[in-house]
Amino acid sequence: MAHLLEVQDLVVKFGLRFGDLTAIDGASFTLEKKERMGLVGESGAGKSVTGFAIINLLSKPGYIADGRVLFEGRELNRLSEEEIRNIRGNRISMIFQDPMMTLNPVLTIGTQMVETVQAHRKMSKSDAMDLALDKLKKVYIPSPEKRLSQYPHECSGGMRQRIVIAIALLTNPSLIIADEPTTALDVTIQAGIMDLLVELCETEDMSMILITHDLAVVSQVTEKIAVMYAGKIVESGPTDDIIQAPRHPYTRGLIDALPGTRGSGSRLYQIPGMMPTLMDIPPGCAFHPRCSIRTQRCETETPLLVSVDDREHMVACHGLGGDV
Amino acid sequence: MTPETPLLDIENLVKHFDISGGLLDQLRFENGRFLRKRTTVKAVNNVSFSIYPGETIGIVGESGCGKSTLARAILGIYPPNSGRILYNGKQINGISHEAMLPYRKKMQMIFQDPYASLNPRMTVKRTLEEPVRFHRPSLSSGEVADKVAQVMEQVGVDPKWAGRYPHEFSGGQRQRISIARALTVDPEFIVADEPVSALDVSIQAQILNLLMSAQAERGLTYMFITHDLSVVKHISSRVAVMYLGTLCELAPTGELFKSPRHPYSKALLSAIPKLGDRTARHIKLKGEVPTPIDLPSGCVFHARCHYAQDICRRATPALETVGDHHYVACFFPVE
Amino acid sequence: MSTWARFKESYLFHSFKRDLIAIASFCALVFLIFIALSAPVVAPYNTYDTATIDIMDAEIPPSWMEDGEDRFLLGTDIQGRCLLSTMIYGLRVSFLIGCGAVVLQALIGILVGLFAGYFGGKVDGFLMRITDIQFSIPYLIVAIFTSAIFKLAFGVGRYEDLAIPLLIIIIAVSHWPIYARTVRAAVLGEKGKEYVEAARVIGLSRWVIMFRHILPNTMTSVLVISTIQVAEAIMSEAALSFLGLGMPITKPSLGSLIRAGFEYIFSGSWWITFFPGLLLVVFVLVILLLGDWLRDVLNPKLYKG
Repeated sequence: MAHLLEVQDLVVKFGLRFGDLTAIDGASFTLEKKERMGLVGESGAGKSVTGFAIINLLSKPGYIADGRVLFEGRELNRLSEEEIRNIRGNRISMIFQDPMMTLNPVLTIGTQMVETVQAHRKMSKSDAMDLALDKLKKVYIPSPEKRLSQYPHECSGGMRQRIVIAIALLTNPSLIIADEPTTALDVTIQAGIMDLLVELCETEDMSMILITHDLAVVSQVTEKIAVMYAGKIVESGPTDDIIQAPRHPYTRGLIDALPGTRGSGSRLYQIPGMMPTLMDIPPGCAFHPRCSIRTQRCETETPLLVSVDDREHMVACHGLGGDV
Repeated sequence: MTPETPLLDIENLVKHFDISGGLLDQLRFENGRFLRKRTTVKAVNNVSFSIYPGETIGIVGESGCGKSTLARAILGIYPPNSGRILYNGKQINGISHEAMLPYRKKMQMIFQDPYASLNPRMTVKRTLEEPVRFHRPSLSSGEVADKVAQVMEQVGVDPKWAGRYPHEFSGGQRQRISIARALTVDPEFIVADEPVSALDVSIQAQILNLLMSAQAERGLTYMFITHDLSVVKHISSRVAVMYLGTLCELAPTGELFKSPRHPYSKALLSAIPKLGDRTARHIKLKGEVPTPIDLPSGCVFHARCHYAQDICRRATPALETVGDHHYVACFFPVE
Repeated sequence: MSTWARFKESYLFHSFKRDLIAIASFCALVFLIFIALSAPVVAPYNTYDTATIDIMDAEIPPSWMEDGEDRFLLGTDIQGRCLLSTMIYGLRVSFLIGCGAVVLQALIGILVGLFAGYFGGKVDGFLMRITDIQFSIPYLIVAIFTSAIFKLAFGVGRYEDLAIPLLIIIIAVSHWPIYARTVRAAVLGEKGKEYVEAARVIGLSRWVIMFRHILPNTMTSVLVISTIQVAEAIMSEAALSFLGLGMPITKPSLGSLIRAGFEYIFSGSWWITFFPGLLLVVFVLVILLLGDWLRDVLNPKLYKG
């Protein structure tokens, strides 16, 4: 039984003049049909890079150094540019944080949508327009016919993001990778977009990888999470399990640092120090300098992801989160 | 909440920006005639409230609600079109630059973007020394340097790094330096405009803790602007909700989160994602957020409100008391 | 860390070390400037001293050719002056005018741009109209007018003495608009930034904010256009001299030399135009290459500060 997506020991490096930096150091996870997964981490953890690596959208000097990405059984990282273009934007779509960057400001919405359809299917312009209209309705855009002839700047932020989602749907993809899709939006709009994405996954038989730093959003919307730190997955498993009982000290720290988990007015829990940059990742466990339960072993030996129960909850920690 | 004398009074503050452009930009040819069209951004519309010493008042709202403009109007960066701002009872808007100087020592600001809020061409030392030298010219160089070192230590940045440039620090450290800059003049009142929005969660916690301990140590009063409701819940004693330049609701924090009375506040609070709570259903508002250029008539929120009635379209509700220090601007506050 | 140590660590120096063209251009430029500035020492003959010039030496070809003489490496011009020496002095003139003109136009342009950008409104409108008007007047017209009036008023002799400052003024007055526009754009970009708001919240006066905070942050754009402007100034002066409106033949710049030799190309004395022309091209090229490298290095999008 093949998974929809399987990432095996993915290693991504950046080839710089003075040497290669490892951005992702052996990430592995799987995703099934219609499953929603969250890839969580702070800036610099490597979550966006993972997303790009899956569809081979890494720009130089980034490259996949090792590992495999299997989509519907096919190895994506071994495909030619021609073949991967059939998958990218077609079977796997990606949406980004800033819709103004994704949408071409000098083309009408209609033109952009038709362009996308015709890049992947042989279709006449009017058929493509009909398809576009259909998708705009699916994302609940009011007066969709009018929108087709409008320009991106004539729409609000939330509307633009819905249009971007509609474009992503044009080819009926099996997987949508959403990279911080609501970070730039107001909270009331964000709620609407997240609801929409969940609904679409149900109705359109899609899986989703939600890349974000927002634990609260991920806890409401996804079924499993992978927490990333300094290029590695440090904890993964069912969302509810991880949120209720996080095992990795970093995950614990993240949750405790959120205002609202303890009483108001009290000091927030703060993880000391900062996430290391790619250039000074410490040996052994990358988190050890900031960890309250570190031991001698953590300074030299990198922990592997191991299971802590029989529900696929995995942690990369020598102390397995300890008894804290 | 003791009814003492307010530190700051904001009375009927109005701030509009005229973005019509030059004469040529304004001219339009419509229906066979030349018309002169003025475009105004009505950022702040008749806002009134008071800030009491020692409290942290949170101002929340989404983009376009005018909270940043409000902050800048209070600090004198944008002179208001009408209304008054009183500090300890004395009016501070519309006064000369010289008359404003003593107040500049008492009121400071921390900004959102840790990258743009420090002059990239000035060392940290110069950035921090500047306010000290300006407001206290009688201090010797040694005393100035001491002050700078002291304030750097208080915010958790090693004074040995004072000779470095902003780009050599991380986002969280730059924000600490910004806070240090605000503290160098020993102010009484600090406006924090989204100070943690651009930071990662773990750094956010550090900065919030720093702000809270600085407040406890120095007896500061904060006006904390943010769109992040969980942060505001944690740090504020009172919260003001703004929408399109209007103050919708003002209440003690606990009270607001327990029973929001304005339909917008209710929708806003329901939209916050709660950790681990899958069952929460948020209130869907009708329509889009209008721009502050074309303000709806009457109550600014009426077009999106589920409870709107005829009067809401015609008249603007005033801020009325609905509970203990709880004020709402709505004709039909919800239960 | 001392300034020199910091410079050695900087990104600027690192990318310089790696770019062969930048290093080559820089070395060539330093060499040429050195030669130019030490003309009295380096040049074989002092061509301003009319006593050393013998009209009988006119139009001698370069030394490696038939009829050439060893004492005149690149031959002589129509007046009998050593071409090499005249070129070196000419290079000095070109360089002085180029730099002088740029310093003056930068001064004017920066002030105009700073005030226009910071004050905005009517001040901006007024200053920008003046800038536009100045921009539309070709520098040739300015040059023709100014030199003609000057020569009329003060006579040709006086003109020769003051040619260098006069040309500096002419070129600067014609070209300051580009600095004004560039600085104004940079100021508009910086004005909205939060560190400027912070300075206002502290209570600093407008002048302090303009000159101490905003101006240093516009220097990157100024630096980027400055190299092009130096090259442009040198070429403008060469063009003016070529047309007879610039340096007089007694104190020639490279442009006047090119002009002087132009009439004699077809009679066979090609070297009088060729060598000064070659030197001018190389000099300007080296400045432009260095400017290109500088622009790439200072580009904020490429430089992850």
